Amino acid sequence: MNIPMEYGLLLAVILFCIGLAGLLIRRNIIFMLLCIEIMLNAAGVAFVVAGAAWGQAEGQVMFIFILAMAAAEVSVGLALIIQLFKQTGSLDVTNANKMKG
Amino acid sequence: MKELLWLIVTLPFAGALILAFGGRKFPHAVSAIIGVGSVSLSAILTLLVGFEFLGDTTPFLQVAWQWFDVYGLSPDIAFRLDTVSLIFIFIITFVGALIHLYSAEFMWKDEGFVRFFVFMNLFIGLMLILVLADNLLLLYLGWEGVGLCSYLLIGYWYKDPKNGYAARKAFIVTRIGDAALAVSFYILFMTFNTLNIQDILTAAPGTWSLGSGIAMATAFLLLGGAVGKSAQLPLQTWLPDAMAAPSPVSALLHAATMVTAGVYLIARTHVLFEIAPTAQHTVAIIGAATLIIAGMSALYQHDIKKVLAYSTISQIGYMFLALGLGAWSAALFHFMIHAFFKALLFLGAGAVISVMRDEHNMFKMGGLWKKLPIIFWTFLIASASLSALPLITAGYYSKDKIIWLAFASDKGSVGLWLAAIVGAFITALYTFRMVFLTFFGKPHAEPTHRPGWMITIPLMVLAFFSFAGGFIELPQNMGNLTLVSDFVEKTLPVATLSVLQPFTELIFQIISSIVAIGAVFLAYILFFNKPFPAAEPQRNAVQRFFFKGWDFDLLYDKVIVTPMIFLAMINKKDIIDQFYTGLACITRQLNALLSATQNGQLRWYAMVVAAGAIIILTIIFFP
Amino acid sequence: MEILFYIAGVLAILSTVMVIAVRNAVHALLYLIVSLLSISVIFFILGAPFIAALEVIVYAGAIMVLFVFVIMMLYVDSSNSNEKNIFIKPKTWIGPSIIALILMAEMLYMLLGEGYHPMPHQIISPAAVGKLMFTKYALVVDLAGFLLTAGIVGAYHLGQKERKILHRYLTDKNENL
Repeated sequence: MNIPMEYGLLLAVILFCIGLAGLLIRRNIIFMLLCIEIMLNAAGVAFVVAGAAWGQAEGQVMFIFILAMAAAEVSVGLALIIQLFKQTGSLDVTNANKMKG
Repeated sequence: MKELLWLIVTLPFAGALILAFGGRKFPHAVSAIIGVGSVSLSAILTLLVGFEFLGDTTPFLQVAWQWFDVYGLSPDIAFRLDTVSLIFIFIITFVGALIHLYSAEFMWKDEGFVRFFVFMNLFIGLMLILVLADNLLLLYLGWEGVGLCSYLLIGYWYKDPKNGYAARKAFIVTRIGDAALAVSFYILFMTFNTLNIQDILTAAPGTWSLGSGIAMATAFLLLGGAVGKSAQLPLQTWLPDAMAAPSPVSALLHAATMVTAGVYLIARTHVLFEIAPTAQHTVAIIGAATLIIAGMSALYQHDIKKVLAYSTISQIGYMFLALGLGAWSAALFHFMIHAFFKALLFLGAGAVISVMRDEHNMFKMGGLWKKLPIIFWTFLIASASLSALPLITAGYYSKDKIIWLAFASDKGSVGLWLAAIVGAFITALYTFRMVFLTFFGKPHAEPTHRPGWMITIPLMVLAFFSFAGGFIELPQNMGNLTLVSDFVEKTLPVATLSVLQPFTELIFQIISSIVAIGAVFLAYILFFNKPFPAAEPQRNAVQRFFFKGWDFDLLYDKVIVTPMIFLAMINKKDIIDQFYTGLACITRQLNALLSATQNGQLRWYAMVVAAGAIIILTIIFFP
Repeated sequence: MEILFYIAGVLAILSTVMVIAVRNAVHALLYLIVSLLSISVIFFILGAPFIAALEVIVYAGAIMVLFVFVIMMLYVDSSNSNEKNIFIKPKTWIGPSIIALILMAEMLYMLLGEGYHPMPHQIISPAAVGKLMFTKYALVVDLAGFLLTAGIVGAYHLGQKERKILHRYLTDKNENL
C-alpha cells in the first residue's frame, strides 16, 4: 500500500470545506448542525491520517475526544433547535436574529 | 493652660458634630446646652489661656499634626497664638457665646433649631481656625469654611427663595475675592516655597524690593480677598442682602466672624502691605470711600437691619482706613469695640423685630422705649458708641483714634481725615435716626411680649463692654492709657506719626466731638417725635440711588451680568463643547458601524469566522 | 487496497456534497451516513480498525439517530424554511462558496507544496489507543466526561417543555406563538 499522507489530508480538507460551504449556504438550522458534524468529522479524519502517517496512537485518541465532543455538542445543539422551533415556529435561522447589536 | 489652645478650636466642632448626628433625638434644652455650652467653654478657655498669655506674650505655636506633604508643600494643622490672634479669638468666642445664648431663646420655636446651632458652632469653629492658622493653607480652609457657613446661615430660612438668592449672592460675590486670594497664595508659594505665615513675613522684605511689581500684585490680590470677605468697595453688595439671615446670625456675621476676616488677613500679612505702599494706600482709600458710601446708603434705609448692615460696611471701612494708615492697633481696637456694640445692636434689633411680629420697618415701630426698657437702654448705649459720642462711649475712643491718625499718621492726609470726619457725622446721624424712629414717637404697633433672660443678659453684658471697653485705651492727652496698643504692637508695628503736638490732637478731638454731637442734634431735629407715614415713602431719584446702596447692584447687573448672559446666549452651542460633541458623534458613528456587524444572523457570523480564518492563513503562509 | 481508498474517498466527497445540496433533511441525513461509512472504510484502510468501528457505531449510529429523532419531532415540511429555491438564485450561494473555495485553495496549496510522504501500513491496535488514553490523556478523558455531563444537563434543561425562554429585555412579541 502506498497512499501518500497528503491524499488523506486532501480528503479532510475537501470535506471540511464542503461542510463550511454548507454551513454558510444553508438556512435550515438542522442542516447547519449537520454541516458542523461534517467539519468535525473532517478534523477527525485529519487526526487519524496524521496518526497513521507517524505510526502513533495519538491521532486516534484525539479522534475519540472529538467524538465525545461532537456527541455533547449535538445533544445541546439539538435541544437548542427544539427550543428555537418552539420560540419562532420555524427552523429558519434567519428568524433567530433577536440578538442583533 | 496654653496647651489647651487646641481645645478652644475643637469644642465648637465637637458641639456641631454631636448636634449634627444626635440632634434630632435630643430635646430642645439639651441641644441648646450643647450648642451654647461648647462655645461658652471655648470662651472660658480663651479667657484662661489669655490670662496666662498676658504674662508671657511670646507667640505660642501648637502643632497638632502634619496635614499632608506634597512636593515640598507640607502644611501642618498648627495653631499660632500671638497678641493679634488672641484678640480675635477672645472676640469670636466671647461675643459668639453671648450670641449663642441669645439664639437659644430667639430660635427656640424655629423648626430648624438644631440645624441652626450646628451651623453656628461650625461658623465659630472655622473662624477660630482662620485666625489661629499657622499657615496660609489652613487659613484658607477657615476662610472658605466661613464662607460656606455664611451661605448656609444666610439661606437658613430656605423656604423663601429670596433668602436662597441672598445666600447665593453672598457666596458668589465673596468667591470673587477668594479667587484673588487663592492666586496670591500661589504667588507666595511660588516665591517662598512655603505657606507658613511667619516664614513668609520674615523672608518677604529681603526677597521683594519695596514697591516691586510682584509685591504689589500679591498685596493687591490679598486686598481683593479681604475686600470680598469684609464687604468693602467694590464687593460690598452682598452684605445688605445677607440680612435675610436670622438676627443672631447677622450679629455673629457682622461682629465676630466673617466680615472681620478681611481685617484680620491684612493685619496678619501686614509686612506684604508695607513693602507695597501703593497697595496699602489703596486700602486706606477703599476704607474711606466705603465708609462714606455705605453711610450715605444707611441714611435712607427703612429696614432697621439694613441700616445696621450698611453701618457695618461703613465701620469696617474705618478699620480698613486704619489698616491703610499702618495704624494696626487702632484697627484692631476699633474691631474689638465694634464687635461689642454691633453685636449688641443686631441682637437688640432682632429682639425688637421679634416682639413686633417680624416687622423690619422702623417707621412702623416707634414709642418702644417705655415698653422695652432693657432693650432700649442697651440699644441706646450701643448707638451712642457707634455714633462715637465723646468721652462716655467706647466707640469714641476707638473711632477718634482712627480719625486722628487719618490726619496725623505719616500715611495720612487731609482728604482721608475729611472722609473720616464726614463719615463720623453720617454715622451719628443715621444711628440716631434709627433710635428715634424705633423707640420714640407715636407707637404704631404694640410689642407682643417681653424678651426673656437669655436675650436680655447678653444685651446687658455687651452694653457694659460697649460702654466700658473704650477705657482700656485712652488718648495721650486724656490719661494716655495704651493697653491695647502695647498689646498689639508686640506683634504688629507701631504707627508712625508725622504730627505730634498734643495741642493739635486736642483740636481734632474737639472737632470730632462737635461733629458727633451735632449729628445727634440734627437727627433729633429731623426725626424726634415727627409724624411719619408708616408706609414706605415715595422716593425721588437721588433718594432711590442712596436707598439702593448707590445702585451697585444695577451697575454690576449692567456691566457684568448682562454681558455674561449675552455671551452665554451667543455661545449657547459652546465652541469647546463642539469638540466633545464631535468626539461623542464619532464614537456613535463607530458604534453604529460596528453594531451593524452584529446583525443577529448566524450565517453572517459564520461567514465572518471563515473570512477571519482565511485572513489568518493568508498572513501565516503568504507573508 | 489502494483503489479502495480512492473509491471510498470519492464516495465520501460526493455524498457530503449531496448532504448540503438536498432539500429534504432525512435525505441529507442518509447521505451523511453514507459519507460516514465510507470514511470508516478509509479509517480501516489506514490501519485504525478501532476508530473505524467507533465511526460507525457512535457517529453513524448514535449521533445520527439523535438527528433522526429531532427531525421526526420537528419536521413539518421540507418547505418549512424558505430556502426552497436556494440554488436557483446564485446570490445566496456564490459568496459562501467563494469563501469556502478560497480556504480550500489555501489549505491545498500549503498541503501539496512539499511533495508526498507515503504512509507506512501499520495497524494500531485498540489496546495501544486505550493505554495511551488512560495514561497520558487521563485528564482529558475526565474533562470529556465533564463535557458530556454538562451536555446532558444542558440538553435536559433546554429540552424542557412549557418553557418559553425569552430574555427579560425582549418584547413579548412572540408570546402568542
